Amino acid sequence: MSTNKVIHALYNDDDILMDAVKKVKDAHHHIEEVFCPFPVHGLDKAMGLAPTRLAITAFFYGITGLSVAVWLTWYTMIADWPQDIGGKPNFSWATNMPAFVPILFELTVFFAAHLMVITFYMRSRLWPFKDAENPDPRTTDDHFLMEIPVHGNEDELKALLETTGAVEINVVDKH
Amino acid sequence: MYQFSGKLKMLAFALMIIGALGTAYSFLSAPKTIEDAKAILAEQAHHGGGHGEAHASDDAHAVTSHTEEVKHEEVKTIEVKHEENVDSITHSEAADHKEEVIHENVTEEHKEEAHIAEQVVEKHVAETAHAEVAQHGEAHGEDHGDHHAEHALHQMQNRPWSAFYVAMLFFLGVTLLVLAFYAAQRVAHAGWSVALFRVMEAITNNLHYVSVIMLLFLIATFMHMNHLFPWMADGVFDPQSSNYDAIIDGKKWWMNTPSWLIRGVIYLLGWNIFRFIIRKKSMEQDNGDLKLHKNIYNICVGFILFFMFTESMASWDWIMGIDPHWFSTLFGWYVLATFLVSALTIIAFITIYLRSKGALPLVNDSHIHDLAKFMFGFSIFWTYLWFAQFMLIWYADMPEETTYFALRFNEYKLPFLAMVVMNFIFPVLLLINSDFKSVPWFVTIGGLVILAGHYIDLFVMVMPGTVGAQYGFGIGELSGFLFFLGLFIYATFSAFAKANPIAKGNPFLHESETHHYYNIEHRGEENSHH
Repeated sequence: MSTNKVIHALYNDDDILMDAVKKVKDAHHHIEEVFCPFPVHGLDKAMGLAPTRLAITAFFYGITGLSVAVWLTWYTMIADWPQDIGGKPNFSWATNMPAFVPILFELTVFFAAHLMVITFYMRSRLWPFKDAENPDPRTTDDHFLMEIPVHGNEDELKALLETTGAVEINVVDKH
Repeated sequence: MYQFSGKLKMLAFALMIIGALGTAYSFLSAPKTIEDAKAILAEQAHHGGGHGEAHASDDAHAVTSHTEEVKHEEVKTIEVKHEENVDSITHSEAADHKEEVIHENVTEEHKEEAHIAEQVVEKHVAETAHAEVAQHGEAHGEDHGDHHAEHALHQMQNRPWSAFYVAMLFFLGVTLLVLAFYAAQRVAHAGWSVALFRVMEAITNNLHYVSVIMLLFLIATFMHMNHLFPWMADGVFDPQSSNYDAIIDGKKWWMNTPSWLIRGVIYLLGWNIFRFIIRKKSMEQDNGDLKLHKNIYNICVGFILFFMFTESMASWDWIMGIDPHWFSTLFGWYVLATFLVSALTIIAFITIYLRSKGALPLVNDSHIHDLAKFMFGFSIFWTYLWFAQFMLIWYADMPEETTYFALRFNEYKLPFLAMVVMNFIFPVLLLINSDFKSVPWFVTIGGLVILAGHYIDLFVMVMPGTVGAQYGFGIGELSGFLFFLGLFIYATFSAFAKANPIAKGNPFLHESETHHYYNIEHRGEENSHH
């Protein structure tokens, strides 16, 4: 692409933003990004974003945690050193299974929760000392910003955005 | 207004008639005398279950020590069920009776005394096996045969009663919990569920019908027409009697028939009065009176308080009382969880059915989704309580508590384990997916398994204490269920047909109408007002 120009349209109300997003989408323009100070219900749907698969990863992390817990309890309590502790049956993993359930449960939750959070951080590229990416500090307070790439249609886009109730429209060079 | 279709009414009556006939048949075909019982026992011995075949190969070892015999059993985890007592049995006869397990303490004596034990013993320590065999308090002497037959006779006579009782309790509990859930929705000012209020109210109509039958049943039990509750037997509180039971005598202040009956009447009366008033006021609320709304709120708060106490006590009186030597602190909540999951499933079923008939214009996929979430969540809640009860008893392994589960695990292994799969693993895997929860077809499949699982749960709570090893799922059990199913259908749909299906005076109605779970797309429904 020859140009790195983008348009920043700022709004001060989430309802107006939602309508603007729908309008821009209806005009078949690609919305690069929307910056909001808080989650706006239905924004992802209006932008046509694909649903997250984070829950699916969590399910598999949970299964991993369960497997780890089964292996851990089996190896330490049954296979490696099957001591008689208070008469609990350690002939096989199954006969002593009820005693392991709290561990099975906790490790399932532990793996599902932590690995899912780490996945979230990685996928959304969040880590300590990361440089903030918000193009305008006001978007963390009370403004909403829609970013649309310009492909030589600057005037047309500006005219469209004017009609959507934007409080400010800036053309910015993205580096 | 919904029209209670003639076809459905016919179905309800057909179910009730078939159920009543089957129940009558199971009562008439129960054995009357000890001779009948002995004949049935002999029959069972000859057509013994799976363990009989397993023993065929053991006959060669009949002369070997009893210890080995029992250990062999343990390895195979097959219950040792001693079907019949034969006083003098020769070794050759034993070989013919392939089903029988011969206990021999001393090889020499096996011709004179072959003990045929009657119960399964979970700790197969050979030395104590005979002592444990007597866990039903039966003397192990000459008259063991008659004692055993009498014991089995009681169990066989109990079976039609228990079959009816399980079905009745199931429907009573489920309808009561629908009312409790409804009251909780009122008290919580829930916005989503107002579109379902008339469905829930209609289901609770069944409470009146089942309560009448339950009352008759309580009175019949009070009049000693059945032996479901061992502590009601003659002489249990009399130190001079051979039936005297010091443990039960210590619980006399709670466990005595007059106060048991009075308590039962209070529970039933209280629930029915609350239901009647709440329904009546809810119908009046169609005029949009906000004062009435506050009034119903207050009544529902009162009902929930009354319900929380009486539900716990009813589960002690009507279910835990069947095993009077055993007690568990969280039993009341556990029973509550069982009925609550079933109640939510029933609400979902009736809602899905009525919506498919076009009778519930305001109900959308989000309502179904919420019901399925409740089914999912409370399935896990049930498992939590079930496991908390089981694991604490298993871990501490105190004999007086463990017998409860030992009996169930040994005699009722299939239903006991199947129920955990049906009530936990299946719903968790099926309903964990957010998309599936709003598909009526998935909710129906999941719900059928959940309902069957919780019926089995109640079955395993009641049956071991009343019929013991003489259990089964036959005409009596099926008929009891069909009868109350028919009654339920009649009660629910006749009540639903009497009222406006939209609780139009409720101030939260609009919130319910526009209820939308962000994650789901409504199928074939107008979705523009979100």
